[in-house]
Amino acid sequence: MEPSTLTALWALMRRDLTLAYRHRSELLNPLLFFVIVVSLFPLGISPEAKTLQTVAPGVVWVAALLANLLSLDLMFRTDFEDGTLERFLLSPHPLPLLVLAKTAAHWIVVALPMIVFAPVLGQLMFLRPDAYWALLATLILGTPVLSLIGGIGMGLTVGLRRGGVLLSLLILPLYVPVLIFGATAVDAAGAGLDVSGHLSFLGALLLLAITLAPLATSAALRVSLS
Amino acid sequence: MWVWFHKFGSPRYFYDFAGRCIPWLGAACALLMAVGLYLGLFVAPPDYQQGESYRIIFIHVPSAWMSMFVYVVMASSGAVVLIWRVKLAEIIASVSAPLGASFTFLALATGSLWGKPMWGTWWVWDARLTSELILLFLYFGFMALEAAIEDKRTAARATAILSLVGVINIPIIHYSVYWWNTLHQGATVTKMDTPSIHLSMLVPLLLMAVAFQLYYATVLLIGTRTELLSRERRTRWVAEVIRNS
Repeated sequence: MEPSTLTALWALMRRDLTLAYRHRSELLNPLLFFVIVVSLFPLGISPEAKTLQTVAPGVVWVAALLANLLSLDLMFRTDFEDGTLERFLLSPHPLPLLVLAKTAAHWIVVALPMIVFAPVLGQLMFLRPDAYWALLATLILGTPVLSLIGGIGMGLTVGLRRGGVLLSLLILPLYVPVLIFGATAVDAAGAGLDVSGHLSFLGALLLLAITLAPLATSAALRVSLS
Repeated sequence: MWVWFHKFGSPRYFYDFAGRCIPWLGAACALLMAVGLYLGLFVAPPDYQQGESYRIIFIHVPSAWMSMFVYVVMASSGAVVLIWRVKLAEIIASVSAPLGASFTFLALATGSLWGKPMWGTWWVWDARLTSELILLFLYFGFMALEAAIEDKRTAARATAILSLVGVINIPIIHYSVYWWNTLHQGATVTKMDTPSIHLSMLVPLLLMAVAFQLYYATVLLIGTRTELLSRERRTRWVAEVIRNS
Protein backbone atom coordinates (compact mmCIF):
# COMPACT_ATOMS: atom_id res chain seq x y z
CA MET A 1 0.00 0.00 0.00
CA GLU A 2 1.12 3.54 -0.72
CA PRO A 3 2.14 5.45 2.36
CA SER A 4 0.17 8.65 2.83
CA THR A 5 1.76 11.93 1.77
CA LEU A 6 2.10 13.04 5.35
CA THR A 7 4.06 9.90 6.24
CA ALA A 8 6.24 10.44 3.21
CA LEU A 9 7.00 14.03 4.16
CA TRP A 10 7.82 13.04 7.70
CA ALA A 11 10.07 10.24 6.49
CA LEU A 12 11.83 12.58 4.10
CA MET A 13 12.48 15.13 6.79
CA ARG A 14 13.73 12.49 9.18
CA ARG A 15 16.01 11.11 6.49
CA ASP A 16 17.50 14.53 5.77
CA LEU A 17 18.01 15.28 9.44
CA THR A 18 19.62 11.89 10.03
CA LEU A 19 21.92 12.39 7.07
CA ALA A 20 22.91 15.81 8.37
CA TYR A 21 23.53 14.37 11.82
CA ARG A 22 25.79 11.68 10.37
CA HIS A 23 27.87 14.39 8.72
CA ARG A 24 28.19 16.56 11.75
CA SER A 25 31.42 18.24 10.69
CA GLU A 26 29.82 19.50 7.47
CA LEU A 27 26.94 20.76 9.51
CA LEU A 28 29.22 22.98 11.48
CA ASN A 29 30.65 24.77 8.44
CA PRO A 30 27.87 27.30 7.76
CA LEU A 31 27.83 28.23 11.44
CA LEU A 32 31.60 28.71 11.49
CA PHE A 33 31.38 30.77 8.34
CA PHE A 34 28.72 32.95 9.98
CA VAL A 35 30.93 33.55 13.01
CA ILE A 36 34.08 34.21 11.00
CA VAL A 37 32.46 36.68 8.63
CA VAL A 38 31.05 38.69 11.51
CA SER A 39 34.38 38.71 13.32
CA LEU A 40 36.07 40.09 10.20
CA PHE A 41 34.16 43.36 10.47
CA PRO A 42 35.75 44.68 13.66
CA LEU A 43 39.11 43.90 12.05
CA GLY A 44 38.14 45.64 8.84
CA ILE A 45 36.25 48.64 10.19
CA SER A 46 37.32 49.49 13.72
CA PRO A 47 37.20 47.78 17.11
CA GLU A 48 35.44 50.80 18.57
CA ALA A 49 32.15 49.92 20.22
CA LYS A 50 30.31 52.93 18.89
CA THR A 51 31.15 52.28 15.25
CA LEU A 52 30.38 48.60 15.51
CA GLN A 53 27.09 49.28 17.23
CA THR A 54 25.78 51.25 14.28
CA VAL A 55 26.67 48.59 11.72
CA ALA A 56 25.88 45.55 13.91
CA PRO A 57 22.33 44.79 12.60
CA GLY A 58 23.42 44.96 8.99
CA VAL A 59 26.60 42.96 9.55
CA VAL A 60 24.90 40.12 11.39
CA TRP A 61 22.14 39.98 8.80
CA VAL A 62 24.47 40.04 5.80
CA ALA A 63 26.59 37.32 7.39
CA ALA A 64 23.50 35.18 8.02
CA LEU A 65 22.43 35.71 4.44
CA LEU A 66 25.81 34.71 3.01
CA ALA A 67 26.07 31.67 5.26
CA ASN A 68 22.65 30.61 4.08
CA LEU A 69 23.62 31.12 0.45
CA LEU A 70 26.77 29.02 0.77
CA SER A 71 24.91 26.22 2.48
CA LEU A 72 22.26 25.88 -0.22
CA ASP A 73 24.41 23.23 -1.87
CA LEU A 74 23.47 20.89 0.96
CA MET A 75 19.83 21.02 -0.06
CA PHE A 76 19.86 19.16 -3.40
CA ARG A 77 23.46 18.54 -4.46
CA THR A 78 24.14 15.11 -2.98
CA ASP A 79 20.62 13.92 -3.79
CA PHE A 80 21.19 15.00 -7.36
CA GLU A 81 24.52 13.23 -7.59
CA ASP A 82 23.34 9.87 -6.27
CA GLY A 83 20.07 9.95 -8.18
CA THR A 84 17.74 10.30 -5.20
CA LEU A 85 16.34 13.48 -6.66
CA GLU A 86 15.02 11.59 -9.67
CA ARG A 87 13.21 9.24 -7.32
CA PHE A 88 11.51 12.24 -5.76
CA LEU A 89 10.38 13.45 -9.16
CA LEU A 90 8.93 10.02 -9.90
CA SER A 91 7.23 9.64 -6.54
CA PRO A 92 3.43 9.73 -6.42
CA HIS A 93 3.50 12.48 -3.81
CA PRO A 94 3.29 16.12 -4.89
CA LEU A 95 6.78 17.42 -5.53
CA PRO A 96 6.19 20.92 -4.05
CA LEU A 97 5.38 19.33 -0.69
CA LEU A 98 8.49 17.17 -0.84
CA VAL A 99 10.50 20.30 -1.62
CA LEU A 100 8.90 22.02 1.33
CA ALA A 101 9.91 19.16 3.63
CA LYS A 102 13.47 19.26 2.35
CA THR A 103 13.59 23.02 2.82
CA ALA A 104 12.33 22.67 6.37
CA ALA A 105 15.04 20.13 7.12
CA HIS A 106 17.63 22.43 5.56
CA TRP A 107 16.42 25.31 7.70
CA ILE A 108 16.64 23.23 10.88
CA VAL A 109 20.14 22.08 10.01
CA VAL A 110 21.59 25.37 8.80
CA ALA A 111 19.63 28.32 10.12
CA LEU A 112 18.57 27.15 13.55
CA PRO A 113 22.15 26.88 14.90
CA MET A 114 22.86 30.33 13.50
CA ILE A 115 19.81 31.78 15.24
CA VAL A 116 20.89 30.20 18.52
CA PHE A 117 24.36 31.63 18.05
CA ALA A 118 23.28 35.09 16.88
CA PRO A 119 23.09 36.68 20.38
CA VAL A 120 26.76 35.81 20.94
CA LEU A 121 27.64 37.61 17.75
CA GLY A 122 25.47 40.47 18.90
CA GLN A 123 27.74 40.70 21.92
CA LEU A 124 30.82 40.74 19.71
CA MET A 125 29.33 43.59 17.70
CA PHE A 126 28.08 45.52 20.76
CA LEU A 127 24.48 45.28 19.61
CA ARG A 128 22.16 47.51 21.64
CA PRO A 129 20.49 45.53 24.44
CA ASP A 130 16.98 46.37 23.22
CA ALA A 131 17.73 44.89 19.82
CA TYR A 132 18.37 41.27 20.82
CA TRP A 133 14.81 40.05 20.71
CA ALA A 134 14.29 41.82 17.40
CA LEU A 135 17.40 40.11 16.01
CA LEU A 136 16.04 36.72 17.04
CA ALA A 137 12.53 37.45 15.78
CA THR A 138 13.68 38.71 12.40
CA LEU A 139 16.06 35.79 11.96
CA ILE A 140 13.32 33.30 12.84
CA LEU A 141 10.95 34.90 10.31
CA GLY A 142 13.53 35.80 7.68
CA THR A 143 15.86 32.81 7.36
CA PRO A 144 13.10 30.43 6.18
CA VAL A 145 12.40 32.89 3.37
CA LEU A 146 16.08 32.78 2.43
CA SER A 147 16.04 28.98 2.35
CA LEU A 148 12.84 28.91 0.29
CA ILE A 149 14.07 31.42 -2.29
CA GLY A 150 17.47 29.76 -2.30
CA GLY A 151 15.77 26.49 -3.14
CA ILE A 152 14.57 27.97 -6.43
CA GLY A 153 18.10 28.99 -7.37
CA MET A 154 19.47 25.65 -6.29
CA GLY A 155 16.81 23.88 -8.35
CA LEU A 156 17.81 25.88 -11.41
CA THR A 157 21.55 25.32 -11.03
CA VAL A 158 21.74 21.84 -9.54
CA GLY A 159 22.48 20.24 -12.88
CA LEU A 160 25.32 22.60 -13.71
CA ARG A 161 28.86 21.69 -12.82
CA ARG A 162 29.98 25.11 -11.67
CA GLY A 163 26.78 26.51 -10.27
CA GLY A 164 28.22 28.22 -7.20
CA VAL A 165 28.91 31.76 -8.35
CA LEU A 166 25.96 31.65 -10.72
CA LEU A 167 23.71 30.70 -7.83
CA SER A 168 24.72 33.79 -5.87
CA LEU A 169 24.13 35.98 -8.92
CA LEU A 170 20.62 34.58 -9.30
CA ILE A 171 19.64 34.59 -5.67
CA LEU A 172 21.25 37.59 -3.97
CA PRO A 173 19.06 40.24 -5.66
CA LEU A 174 16.00 38.31 -4.52
CA TYR A 175 17.28 38.33 -0.93
CA VAL A 176 17.16 42.13 -0.81
CA PRO A 177 13.70 42.61 0.76
CA VAL A 178 14.46 40.15 3.56
CA LEU A 179 17.75 41.86 4.29
CA ILE A 180 16.13 45.28 4.32
CA PHE A 181 13.33 44.37 6.68
CA GLY A 182 15.51 42.19 8.88
CA ALA A 183 18.32 44.69 9.36
CA THR A 184 16.15 47.80 9.67
CA ALA A 185 13.92 46.09 12.24
CA VAL A 186 16.94 45.31 14.42
CA ASP A 187 18.17 48.85 13.92
CA ALA A 188 14.79 50.33 14.84
CA ALA A 189 14.42 48.11 17.89
CA GLY A 190 17.84 49.26 19.06
CA ALA A 191 16.64 52.85 18.79
CA GLY A 192 13.55 51.99 20.85
CA LEU A 193 11.10 52.21 17.96
CA ASP A 194 8.12 50.00 17.23
CA VAL A 195 9.02 47.17 14.85
CA SER A 196 5.68 45.38 14.52
CA GLY A 197 5.39 46.71 10.96
CA HIS A 198 8.73 45.19 9.97
CA LEU A 199 7.83 41.88 11.56
CA SER A 200 4.44 41.80 9.84
CA PHE A 201 6.13 42.40 6.53
CA LEU A 202 8.64 39.62 7.14
CA GLY A 203 5.76 37.34 8.12
CA ALA A 204 3.96 38.23 4.91
CA LEU A 205 7.09 37.48 2.89
CA LEU A 206 7.36 34.14 4.67
CA LEU A 207 3.77 33.20 3.85
CA LEU A 208 4.23 34.24 0.24
CA ALA A 209 7.46 32.27 -0.03
CA ILE A 210 5.94 29.16 1.56
CA THR A 211 3.07 29.19 -0.91
CA LEU A 212 4.93 30.04 -4.11
CA ALA A 213 8.59 29.10 -3.78
CA PRO A 214 8.12 25.29 -3.59
CA LEU A 215 6.11 25.42 -6.83
CA ALA A 216 8.90 27.33 -8.56
CA THR A 217 11.54 25.01 -7.11
CA SER A 218 9.67 21.94 -8.33
CA ALA A 219 9.35 23.41 -11.81
CA ALA A 220 13.06 24.26 -11.72
CA LEU A 221 14.01 20.74 -10.62
CA ARG A 222 11.92 19.24 -13.40
CA VAL A 223 13.74 21.43 -15.93
CA SER A 224 17.16 20.61 -14.45
CA LEU A 225 16.51 16.88 -14.53
CA SER A 226 14.80 16.74 -17.90
CA MET B 1 -7.90 33.62 -32.20
CA TRP B 2 -6.18 30.28 -31.69
CA VAL B 3 -5.56 29.92 -35.38
CA TRP B 4 -3.86 33.28 -35.31
CA PHE B 5 -1.88 32.25 -32.25
CA HIS B 6 -0.55 29.13 -33.92
CA LYS B 7 0.13 30.85 -37.20
CA PHE B 8 1.96 33.65 -35.49
CA GLY B 9 3.97 31.21 -33.43
CA SER B 10 5.21 29.34 -36.47
CA PRO B 11 8.81 30.35 -37.17
CA ARG B 12 8.35 30.50 -40.92
CA TYR B 13 5.38 32.86 -40.80
CA PHE B 14 6.93 35.03 -38.14
CA TYR B 15 10.17 35.34 -40.08
CA ASP B 16 8.39 36.79 -43.11
CA PHE B 17 6.01 38.91 -41.06
CA ALA B 18 8.83 40.43 -39.00
CA GLY B 19 10.84 41.08 -42.12
CA ARG B 20 7.98 43.14 -43.53
CA CYS B 21 7.47 45.04 -40.25
CA ILE B 22 11.06 46.04 -39.57
CA PRO B 23 11.45 48.87 -42.14
CA TRP B 24 8.18 50.50 -41.02
CA LEU B 25 8.94 50.24 -37.34
CA GLY B 26 12.48 51.47 -37.86
CA ALA B 27 11.36 54.45 -39.92
CA ALA B 28 8.66 55.39 -37.40
CA CYS B 29 11.21 55.10 -34.60
CA ALA B 30 13.71 57.35 -36.40
CA LEU B 31 11.03 59.93 -37.19
CA LEU B 32 9.61 60.09 -33.66
CA MET B 33 13.07 60.16 -32.11
CA ALA B 34 14.14 63.02 -34.35
CA VAL B 35 11.01 65.05 -33.59
CA GLY B 36 11.16 64.18 -29.88
CA LEU B 37 14.82 65.14 -29.59
CA TYR B 38 14.28 68.36 -31.50
CA LEU B 39 11.32 69.39 -29.34
CA GLY B 40 13.11 68.29 -26.19
CA LEU B 41 16.51 69.82 -26.85
CA PHE B 42 15.60 73.00 -28.74
CA VAL B 43 11.93 73.89 -28.28
CA ALA B 44 11.17 73.01 -24.65
CA PRO B 45 12.11 75.85 -22.29
CA PRO B 46 14.87 75.37 -19.69
CA ASP B 47 13.67 74.38 -16.23
CA TYR B 48 13.53 77.28 -13.80
CA GLN B 49 15.34 75.27 -11.15
CA GLN B 50 17.57 72.88 -13.01
CA GLY B 51 18.40 74.93 -16.08
CA GLU B 52 19.40 72.99 -19.15
CA SER B 53 20.58 69.84 -17.43
CA TYR B 54 17.06 68.54 -16.89
CA ARG B 55 16.94 67.76 -20.61
CA ILE B 56 18.53 64.40 -19.93
CA ILE B 57 15.11 63.18 -18.78
CA PHE B 58 14.16 62.79 -22.44
CA ILE B 59 16.59 59.87 -22.52
CA HIS B 60 16.56 58.90 -18.87
CA VAL B 61 12.86 58.48 -18.22
CA PRO B 62 12.04 56.50 -21.39
CA SER B 63 14.93 54.12 -20.71
CA ALA B 64 13.80 53.63 -17.11
CA TRP B 65 10.28 52.85 -18.35
CA MET B 66 11.66 50.47 -20.95
CA SER B 67 13.87 48.72 -18.40
CA MET B 68 10.76 47.61 -16.53
CA PHE B 69 8.63 47.04 -19.61
CA VAL B 70 11.19 44.68 -21.15
CA TYR B 71 11.35 42.60 -17.98
CA VAL B 72 7.58 42.21 -18.10
CA VAL B 73 7.84 41.16 -21.75
CA MET B 74 10.45 38.57 -20.75
CA ALA B 75 8.30 37.24 -17.94
CA SER B 76 5.21 37.05 -20.17
CA SER B 77 7.14 35.18 -22.84
CA GLY B 78 8.48 33.02 -20.01
CA ALA B 79 4.92 32.10 -19.07
CA VAL B 80 4.17 31.28 -22.71
CA VAL B 81 7.31 29.12 -22.83
CA LEU B 82 6.32 27.17 -19.75
CA ILE B 83 2.67 26.72 -20.70
CA TRP B 84 2.73 26.20 -24.47
CA ARG B 85 6.42 25.56 -25.18
CA VAL B 86 6.32 28.08 -28.02
CA LYS B 87 9.78 28.31 -29.58
CA LEU B 88 9.21 31.88 -30.66
CA ALA B 89 8.58 33.01 -27.08
CA GLU B 90 11.86 31.39 -26.03
CA ILE B 91 13.69 33.46 -28.58
CA ILE B 92 11.85 36.67 -27.69
CA ALA B 93 12.80 36.30 -24.03
CA SER B 94 16.38 35.52 -24.90
CA VAL B 95 16.78 38.44 -27.31
CA SER B 96 15.04 40.82 -24.89
CA ALA B 97 17.40 40.19 -21.99
CA PRO B 98 20.46 42.09 -23.27
CA LEU B 99 18.20 44.86 -24.59
CA GLY B 100 16.51 45.26 -21.22
CA ALA B 101 19.87 45.25 -19.50
CA SER B 102 21.06 48.00 -21.85
CA PHE B 103 18.00 50.12 -21.12
CA THR B 104 18.58 49.62 -17.41
CA PHE B 105 22.22 50.55 -17.75
CA LEU B 106 21.31 53.60 -19.80
CA ALA B 107 18.82 54.70 -17.15
CA LEU B 108 21.47 54.31 -14.43
CA ALA B 109 24.18 56.04 -16.44
CA THR B 110 22.02 59.01 -17.43
CA GLY B 111 20.70 59.19 -13.88
CA SER B 112 24.17 59.51 -12.46
CA LEU B 113 25.22 61.99 -15.15
CA TRP B 114 22.24 64.10 -14.12
CA GLY B 115 22.98 63.54 -10.45
CA LYS B 116 26.49 64.96 -10.61
CA PRO B 117 25.48 68.59 -11.27
CA MET B 118 22.16 68.30 -9.38
CA TRP B 119 23.05 66.33 -6.29
CA GLY B 120 26.80 66.88 -6.37
CA THR B 121 27.55 63.15 -6.48
CA TRP B 122 27.47 60.48 -9.12
CA TRP B 123 25.54 58.13 -6.95
CA VAL B 124 22.90 58.44 -4.26
CA TRP B 125 21.25 55.48 -2.56
CA ASP B 126 17.96 56.83 -3.71
CA ALA B 127 15.08 54.34 -3.81
CA ARG B 128 14.62 54.46 -7.55
CA LEU B 129 18.31 54.25 -8.36
CA THR B 130 18.72 51.34 -5.99
CA SER B 131 15.83 49.33 -7.34
CA GLU B 132 17.02 50.04 -10.87
CA LEU B 133 20.44 48.68 -9.89
CA ILE B 134 18.87 45.53 -8.51
CA LEU B 135 16.88 45.20 -11.72
CA LEU B 136 20.18 45.29 -13.60
CA PHE B 137 21.44 42.45 -11.39
CA LEU B 138 18.30 40.48 -12.20
CA TYR B 139 18.98 40.92 -15.91
CA PHE B 140 22.57 39.78 -15.43
CA GLY B 141 21.35 36.73 -13.52
CA PHE B 142 18.99 35.88 -16.36
CA MET B 143 21.74 36.13 -18.95
CA ALA B 144 24.25 34.23 -16.83
CA LEU B 145 21.83 31.36 -16.31
CA GLU B 146 21.05 31.26 -20.00
CA ALA B 147 24.74 31.17 -20.87
CA ALA B 148 25.44 28.42 -18.33
CA ILE B 149 22.96 25.90 -19.75
CA GLU B 150 24.13 24.35 -22.96
CA ASP B 151 20.87 23.09 -24.42
CA LYS B 152 18.93 26.14 -25.61
CA ARG B 153 15.48 24.74 -24.98
CA THR B 154 16.34 23.72 -21.41
CA ALA B 155 17.94 27.11 -20.90
CA ALA B 156 14.75 28.77 -22.11
CA ARG B 157 12.60 26.92 -19.60
CA ALA B 158 15.01 27.55 -16.73
CA THR B 159 15.25 31.26 -17.49
CA ALA B 160 11.48 31.41 -17.90
CA ILE B 161 11.08 30.22 -14.31
CA LEU B 162 13.68 32.73 -13.17
CA SER B 163 11.96 35.62 -14.95
CA LEU B 164 8.60 34.71 -13.42
CA VAL B 165 10.16 34.59 -9.96
CA GLY B 166 11.79 37.92 -10.75
CA VAL B 167 8.61 39.59 -11.91
CA ILE B 168 6.85 38.64 -8.68
CA ASN B 169 9.80 39.97 -6.73
CA ILE B 170 10.32 43.26 -8.54
CA PRO B 171 7.39 45.09 -6.89
CA ILE B 172 8.38 43.66 -3.51
CA ILE B 173 11.97 44.76 -3.99
CA HIS B 174 10.89 48.15 -5.24
CA TYR B 175 8.63 48.90 -2.32
CA SER B 176 10.98 47.52 0.30
CA VAL B 177 13.79 49.65 -1.10
CA TYR B 178 11.45 52.61 -1.12
CA TRP B 179 10.56 52.04 2.50
CA TRP B 180 14.16 51.44 3.51
CA ASN B 181 15.19 54.68 1.85
CA THR B 182 12.54 56.79 3.56
CA LEU B 183 13.46 55.17 6.87
CA HIS B 184 17.13 55.88 6.49
CA GLN B 185 17.43 59.18 4.76
CA GLY B 186 14.26 61.09 5.35
CA ALA B 187 13.93 63.90 2.85
CA THR B 188 16.68 63.57 0.28
CA VAL B 189 17.06 65.69 -2.78
CA THR B 190 14.76 63.74 -5.05
CA LYS B 191 13.12 66.28 -7.26
CA MET B 192 11.71 64.07 -9.94
CA ASP B 193 8.51 63.58 -7.99
CA THR B 194 6.91 66.76 -9.32
CA PRO B 195 3.35 65.69 -10.13
CA SER B 196 2.74 68.17 -12.92
CA ILE B 197 4.98 68.72 -15.87
CA HIS B 198 4.55 71.41 -18.44
CA LEU B 199 3.07 70.39 -21.77
CA SER B 200 6.10 71.62 -23.70
CA MET B 201 8.17 69.09 -21.79
CA LEU B 202 5.56 66.34 -21.64
CA VAL B 203 5.07 66.11 -25.42
CA PRO B 204 8.74 65.40 -26.26
CA LEU B 205 8.93 63.03 -23.31
CA LEU B 206 6.00 60.98 -24.57
CA LEU B 207 7.32 61.09 -28.13
CA MET B 208 10.65 59.77 -26.89
CA ALA B 209 8.88 57.06 -24.87
CA VAL B 210 7.05 55.84 -27.98
CA ALA B 211 10.28 56.09 -30.00
CA PHE B 212 12.06 53.90 -27.44
CA GLN B 213 9.24 51.36 -27.65
CA LEU B 214 9.57 51.30 -31.42
CA TYR B 215 13.33 50.98 -31.14
CA TYR B 216 12.91 47.99 -28.86
CA ALA B 217 10.38 46.43 -31.21
CA THR B 218 12.64 46.94 -34.23
CA VAL B 219 15.77 45.53 -32.62
CA LEU B 220 13.79 42.71 -31.04
CA LEU B 221 12.43 41.67 -34.43
CA ILE B 222 15.84 41.84 -36.08
CA GLY B 223 17.38 39.80 -33.28
CA THR B 224 14.54 37.30 -33.33
CA ARG B 225 14.87 36.78 -37.08
CA THR B 226 18.59 36.11 -36.76
CA GLU B 227 18.12 33.77 -33.84
CA LEU B 228 15.33 31.96 -35.69
CA LEU B 229 17.61 31.28 -38.62
CA SER B 230 20.33 30.05 -36.31
CA ARG B 231 18.12 27.76 -34.23
CA GLU B 232 16.15 26.40 -37.18
CA ARG B 233 19.16 26.02 -39.44
CA ARG B 234 18.46 22.35 -40.08
CA THR B 235 14.93 22.91 -41.35
CA ARG B 236 13.79 23.14 -44.92
CA TRP B 237 12.32 26.63 -44.72
CA VAL B 238 15.62 28.13 -43.61
CA ALA B 239 17.35 26.43 -46.52
CA GLU B 240 14.75 27.99 -48.82
CA VAL B 241 15.21 31.42 -47.31
CA ILE B 242 18.96 31.20 -47.70
CA ARG B 243 18.68 29.97 -51.29
CA ASN B 244 16.30 32.77 -52.26
CA SER B 245 18.32 35.54 -50.69
